Amino acid sequence: MNPNLPNSLRTGPDERGHFGIFGGRFVAETLMPLILDLEKAYADAKADPAFQAEMNGYLKNYVGRPSPLYLAERLTEHLGGAKIYFKREELNHTGSHKVNNVLGQIMVARRMGKKRIIAETGAGQHGVATATLCARFGLECVVYMGAVDVERQQPNVIRMEMLGAKVVPVQSGSRTLKDAMNDALRDWVTNVHNTFYCIGTVAGPHPYPMMVRDFQSVIGDETRKQMQEAEGRLPDSLIACIGGGSNAMGLFHPFLDDPSVEIFGVEAAGHGLTQLHAASIAGGRAGVLHGNRTYLLMDDDGQIQDAHSISAGLDYPGIGPEHSWLHETGRVAYLSATDDEALAAFQLLSRLEGIIPALEPAHAIAKVMELAPKRPKDHLMVVNLSGRGDKDVPQVGDILKGKKK
Amino acid sequence: MTTRIDARFAELAKQGRSAFVTFLMAGDPDPKTSLDIIKALPKAGADIIEIGMPFTDPMADGPSIQAAGLRALKAGMTLKKTLEMVRGFRKDDDATPLVLMGYYNPIYIYGVDKFLADAKAAGVDGLIIVDLPPEEDTELCLPAMKAGLNFIRLATPTTDDKRLPAVLANTSGFVYYVSITGITGAATADSTVVGDAVARIKRHTKLPVCVGFGIRTPQAARAIAGKADGAVVGTALVDALRDSLDTTGQATTKTVAAVADLVASLAQGVRGAKQAAE
Ligand SMILES: Cc1ncc(COP(=O)(O)O)c(C=O)c1O
Repeated sequence: MNPNLPNSLRTGPDERGHFGIFGGRFVAETLMPLILDLEKAYADAKADPAFQAEMNGYLKNYVGRPSPLYLAERLTEHLGGAKIYFKREELNHTGSHKVNNVLGQIMVARRMGKKRIIAETGAGQHGVATATLCARFGLECVVYMGAVDVERQQPNVIRMEMLGAKVVPVQSGSRTLKDAMNDALRDWVTNVHNTFYCIGTVAGPHPYPMMVRDFQSVIGDETRKQMQEAEGRLPDSLIACIGGGSNAMGLFHPFLDDPSVEIFGVEAAGHGLTQLHAASIAGGRAGVLHGNRTYLLMDDDGQIQDAHSISAGLDYPGIGPEHSWLHETGRVAYLSATDDEALAAFQLLSRLEGIIPALEPAHAIAKVMELAPKRPKDHLMVVNLSGRGDKDVPQVGDILKGKKK
Repeated sequence: MTTRIDARFAELAKQGRSAFVTFLMAGDPDPKTSLDIIKALPKAGADIIEIGMPFTDPMADGPSIQAAGLRALKAGMTLKKTLEMVRGFRKDDDATPLVLMGYYNPIYIYGVDKFLADAKAAGVDGLIIVDLPPEEDTELCLPAMKAGLNFIRLATPTTDDKRLPAVLANTSGFVYYVSITGITGAATADSTVVGDAVARIKRHTKLPVCVGFGIRTPQAARAIAGKADGAVVGTALVDALRDSLDTTGQATTKTVAAVADLVASLAQGVRGAKQAAE
């Protein structure tokens, strides 16, 4: 590891929202005053014990936390190496980790008196979580979703509409997550007086990457405690998939200062890293988009390239700025899994453990299949099972029948 | 240091009228036609020319300017070619101020210092970068000032009196007041409200204040020009350009004239303003 690391890796970002050179606030002036208001509102909420207590109440009784830490015995046996635990975020209400963050942001929005909530979504999990909490708190909800994703994640579109949200199919650009975020930002600039933008991952202008990470850190905090109870010690390795990186950051952050814990993020390699993919660390470099400096897929002219992944939730040409920093410091190793590897892991997990994972965490499982056999039997490996596969059943069903692909 | 922008505003002040500022996308619909259009603008009545630097993800732009950027990129436009275009324009015109407008990433990737040197040498006078608020001044604004380029900041309806000094601090050339909260080409601006906003900004700065977003017609241009030091028109010009293209999106013999004619009639509107007020 890099010998020039600071004493703690958990103190970022600085007051300007920087993790090393990454992060920042690259937004239009129209949004800047609101972003400064949000920063202040979030700092106040964070320091307010009543806010924390109220959030913990909802996390327990509405979301259903803590999520279990489950020993995947048959997968462990099958791979013949490390002891594999699943952090069962797919058991949360709405079916993924996204709800942890949305709950926090909606509570901040309420403190700020905002009555209209907008969100971008890729797989639809963040959209569903946002629609759910807007229904719960009686707020107007508009979700931007790329037209390609509307098509491949139909079950979630139907869910959002049932929950009373308006889903806007985005036709610009590659018609996936990046474009949904562009249109959400355009809505925000237009309706800045009454609208709160609930960003679904650890990206965007400061304070979003920090705030979303804080709300997701419940994953790692629980894991730490649960592993202590189960095995009496820290895990040896952590693995999570990365779209923008929120489920990963939530699991990783509480362990960043524990050097004995190896940490792996898994990007989507799509058709392969030499072809169309969504692995911004493996195939990108530092640039500025969507309010922050971070690793991005782009051409020599600084034009953003279209990403590709079988998984709508990972189909994004960027990554949260804190991940870019953790990559450059060497603290986290970023790997990637292809569409085919993820599909294979999806099927293996369904058959071996009776858990149909979302295609996103199937990418993490794919790397578990590679790493676990090389580790000793007393190695404790935790993988974030960030979501369940219900939304992917029609798509994967079609692919397996050979209809698509 | 006075730039072409300062000189132009001084000249207009003597004439007692406001500036007409045009926006078009570099390379739309193709590099050659785009240069022909830009060259035709001063004669048609443009006092200051803003040239968009195409970007794949223009988060503050509406559908018209998004499409213009994509047409340009499809025709092979790059930041380097945008600077070439500026050089082409400067061969025949050393007086009309040229301002590049766009997003930070292509500049960041080009390399800030190299970009500033090349832009200055090409004959660029100022920059408007939508996603660089004062909080990020060390990125490009301060280096641009040092390189002798004006960094023109956007002020918006959400920029309150408390924040205005920070927004104006490192601004030079002129202040660009965005008349609506929204993206380009969306709502139309109410000239009374705009007048109040311009007066508010002028309490904080001696710089000229130009107003843009939502101005489409000679009447609207006149109304705004009567309240501000300049009126900026973008989407309406980009739409006129688009409407002149053939079904495959290629330029036709009408393209240059379509834009120039609209510029001429908008310029009439602007020129009518202060005369009417006098
Ligand atoms: C189940 C699941 N996991 C992971 C992701 C990727 O997002 P992030 O990297 O922010 O966790 C998504 C996004 O839609 C998701 O639905």
